[in-house]
Amino acid sequence: MPTVSVKRDLLFEALGQKYSKCLTCIREQGDEKAEGASDVVLYKIDVPANRYDLLCLEGLVRGLQVFKEKLEAPRYKRVSPADGGEPQRLVITEETASVRPHAVAAVLRNITFTQERYESFIELQEKLHQNICRKRTLVAIGTHDLDTISGPFTYTAKPPGDIRFKPLNQSKEYTAAELISHYKTDSHLRHYLHIIENEPLYPIIYDNNGIVLSMPPVINGDHSKISLKTKNIFIECTATDQTKAKITLDMIVTMFSEYCDEPFTWVSSYTLCIELAYRTETLSGDFINKRVGINESAESIAQLLTRMCLRSEVSGEGDLIQVEIPPTRADVIHACDIMEDAAIAYGFNNIIRSTPRTYTVANQLPLNKLTELLRQDLTAAGFTEALTFALCSQEDIADKLRKNIVETRAVHISNPKTAEFQVVRTCLLPGLLKTLAANRKMPLPLKLFEISDVVLKDETKDVGARNNRRLCAVYYNKSPGFEVIHGLLDRVMQLLDVKPGRNQGYHIQAAEDSTFFPGRCAEIFSCGKSIGHLGVLHPDVISRSELTMPCSAIDMDIEPFL
Amino acid sequence: GAAGATGFGSMADTGLLESLLRLLEKVDGGTDSQDVAADLGVDHQVIVGAVKSLQALGEVISTEQKSSKHWELTGEGREIAEQGSHEARVFNAIPDEGLPQNGLMKMPSGKVGFSKAMSNKWIRLDKAHEGGPRVFKTVETIEDTVRDKLQLVQKGQSAKLEDKEKTELKKRKLLSEVTVKSYWITKGSSFSTTITKQETELTPEMIASGSWKEKKFKPYNFEAMGVAPDCGHLHPLMKVRTQFRQIFLEMGFTEMPTNNFIESSFWNFDSLFLQINPQQHPARDQHDTFFISDPALAHEFPQDYLERVKQVHSEGGYGSQGYKYDWKIEEAQKNLLRTHTTAVSARMLYKLAQQEKFTPVKYFSIDRVFRNETLDATHLAEFHQIEGVVADYGLTLGNLMGVLHQFFTKLGITKLRFKPAYNPYTEPSMEVFSYHEGLKKWVEVGNSGVFRPEMLLPMGLPEGVSVIAWGLSLERPTMIKYGINNIRELVGHKVNLQMVYDSPICRLDS
Repeated sequence: MPTVSVKRDLLFEALGQKYSKCLTCIREQGDEKAEGASDVVLYKIDVPANRYDLLCLEGLVRGLQVFKEKLEAPRYKRVSPADGGEPQRLVITEETASVRPHAVAAVLRNITFTQERYESFIELQEKLHQNICRKRTLVAIGTHDLDTISGPFTYTAKPPGDIRFKPLNQSKEYTAAELISHYKTDSHLRHYLHIIENEPLYPIIYDNNGIVLSMPPVINGDHSKISLKTKNIFIECTATDQTKAKITLDMIVTMFSEYCDEPFTWVSSYTLCIELAYRTETLSGDFINKRVGINESAESIAQLLTRMCLRSEVSGEGDLIQVEIPPTRADVIHACDIMEDAAIAYGFNNIIRSTPRTYTVANQLPLNKLTELLRQDLTAAGFTEALTFALCSQEDIADKLRKNIVETRAVHISNPKTAEFQVVRTCLLPGLLKTLAANRKMPLPLKLFEISDVVLKDETKDVGARNNRRLCAVYYNKSPGFEVIHGLLDRVMQLLDVKPGRNQGYHIQAAEDSTFFPGRCAEIFSCGKSIGHLGVLHPDVISRSELTMPCSAIDMDIEPFL
Repeated sequence: GAAGATGFGSMADTGLLESLLRLLEKVDGGTDSQDVAADLGVDHQVIVGAVKSLQALGEVISTEQKSSKHWELTGEGREIAEQGSHEARVFNAIPDEGLPQNGLMKMPSGKVGFSKAMSNKWIRLDKAHEGGPRVFKTVETIEDTVRDKLQLVQKGQSAKLEDKEKTELKKRKLLSEVTVKSYWITKGSSFSTTITKQETELTPEMIASGSWKEKKFKPYNFEAMGVAPDCGHLHPLMKVRTQFRQIFLEMGFTEMPTNNFIESSFWNFDSLFLQINPQQHPARDQHDTFFISDPALAHEFPQDYLERVKQVHSEGGYGSQGYKYDWKIEEAQKNLLRTHTTAVSARMLYKLAQQEKFTPVKYFSIDRVFRNETLDATHLAEFHQIEGVVADYGLTLGNLMGVLHQFFTKLGITKLRFKPAYNPYTEPSMEVFSYHEGLKKWVEVGNSGVFRPEMLLPMGLPEGVSVIAWGLSLERPTMIKYGINNIRELVGHKVNLQMVYDSPICRLDS
């Protein structure tokens, strides 16, 4: 959830009122945390991740004022240039298709910046970059002083060696290749280099005279940079996702057209390439009432929605309500989104809580029921339950157990940050051995068990892998205690009502397994089917697990007993 | 243990114990052990031993410890009380015709006695006597007051001496003031003047013969800890899991099969109307997800359903604008470690939609999910998600809050508040807050919402069916319940087994 910092005094000034504590409407829309800075009080406001229209002071204040019915939701309008001239054009060339195929642009005319407004403008771009723009991978924003450049503009892509310009706040020209290495050490910009670094062509925007506006998504040119004195702003958004580029551009122009010409008129915003689309949805009051669980008239629902910046009116036909979705609310894509806004405006905590009449009978998953019952009786048998990680290193399930990784049928993770997340475990033993190692100071013997899932590759499943519920137990003491682990097997089988015997019962039979000490390992058979192993662990397994005492273990599948 | 430690030291002989008891029988209101020692003419320490032996017999006597200061003779003091003061001994050694001084000095008490007797003017020294200096008595008889005083102290009558006199004797190292620990002894509830031999434990023979009726048994020390039973222990997180499972079962919820850690992007993201490429999603980061390199892709999908999912994402439909992006099967096929158990809920709801006739369901699951995110004291790469889902016609947001109220009441949480939130596959979405009495503030306890129509309708669920759901982690309530601050002390191999051994049973509502 993004957090927006606003200066308290600026917020109160914009709201035209001081508030002593939390503002109810902010609390409805986000969480407000006041923080005492040196002398400027900052409010840190959590904003839902899809509400890009609340990412700056301007948007927050507008939302609050409309909610408190102190202001009518503004109507955003695209206008033609005041001088009657042609609209600006941004020509997109085919070369961009391979690297960053989309671009949209707009012009804000006759804007008046103050220090605060200017900072908010910059801050909003940064917030958008971090959120909807996914750290500039999806969309990158460039803003320029229109009076320093002249259209039509060209968005193209060129080999990095062919690009040469003076980047923002630098004193000399660089080629694109030089810029990449120059910014390698820049604490901010280095995070965006990877987006184009290895591309044969870099995106670049020129004006009619060949002046570089920007090399998205990395840096703007110095020539067209904006300042407090800028009056006309050219805004371009280049993108890999056109929808998100439009949303981003809409957000900037709707938020800051407030400062164009006369404040609060929003008439001077001038856009090109984008729609500033309003959309109307029709839904019934009954729909909202039934989904939320309230009983309000269509009129009062329309009023609730209007307070949420969704201008609504009762259409006259039955209880139908016409709802206008403004360009600031790209998050509203379905009637259920409108229903949510009605519920928020009504106040979640004002809705009467009621019990659904749904009648159902509960069932346990048989596998989990068996697991629960066995766990109880394993503790009664003197073993203590461990809870270990499902993810581990290749070494844990292979080398440390003297196995070959290829034979483990393990599922491999493609993007582990560290070795401890390389694979999903194929047996529970490594986790138990690590638990023993971490508890070597405890009095002996240590008797541990775990009943949990391992994951094995399985071609017959849609995803090519399946979980397997296994029981694993270890006995760690000065003597190996094979008889203890063997006794545990006998007890488990007794609990599962399987008698000793070759055919319908269970038996164990000498086996060779590299994890176990030669001659000290047996395979477990139940009803003629192999279900696991038990034995004394190989001394190399003990020492590779950073243990010093002999240890016996059992590892078996419990799914055959369902 | 209680049965082990009975009495201290060796048992005093029965005769002495019985003498003490007879003495105690005669006095009303009790007696001091020092007086007993004086009465029986034995050392006080012997009486202290006898008292301890009697204490071990149960309620024969009751005692109270006392401490008092009292005057006692030093070794030299006792010698004087017996043989007289040095000066008296010197005086008595001198015959009428006197004694040569050098002979007198050779007596054991010579030096000290001579100077004291001189200053008492009992004797005189004739230095000019022929044959060397000679000592003569000056008085006929003397009164040995030092000895008298010491004898008084010896008899326990030091109170008869003035403080000045005691100080004087203390200065001469004949008296010392000592602190004495003694007992005030009174009759106990089972007082008797005879001592019976005590048995340690009841034996089969005693039961058979009935001899236990006549026996006295050594009392147990109930201050000691018992012997720990030889048993195994359940893991605290699993104990809490059992309770949550129980709560869902009590509420009529059926357990979902969540034993599939590996999931396709399709079920984990797309089916929930989450944008397929998590990179494009505002609330997700690609790096939050563990992708699988082997087996990298899933192959089987319900084709009709997959087409409907593709359509709702890329073009919209079912009353939705959709996300308007190029949906790719190659992304949906990518295998991953499920990031939430909601992937299983999606599979279950799809299965439900394939039934000939819709029947209402209540589902739950508690199982592991995986996040490839930054680890800290409260976050691990894997944790347990608790999830509840209800599907029926006409469920409202009020119903969701009602079910949550019932669920959390079973956890002992009754004060609930709901806050709007953003969750890509539920609308409305609500964060659940409960008032924490200890922290005196509202804390987040879970997330909830109503599944989006874009998720439900492509599955084939009827239009009027709503699905409400909520989720929380298992680790957080467990950490609060057991007072654990670092999640590694609870989950994983670094667990402290002593904590597992010592953790109490889990009742979430108390």
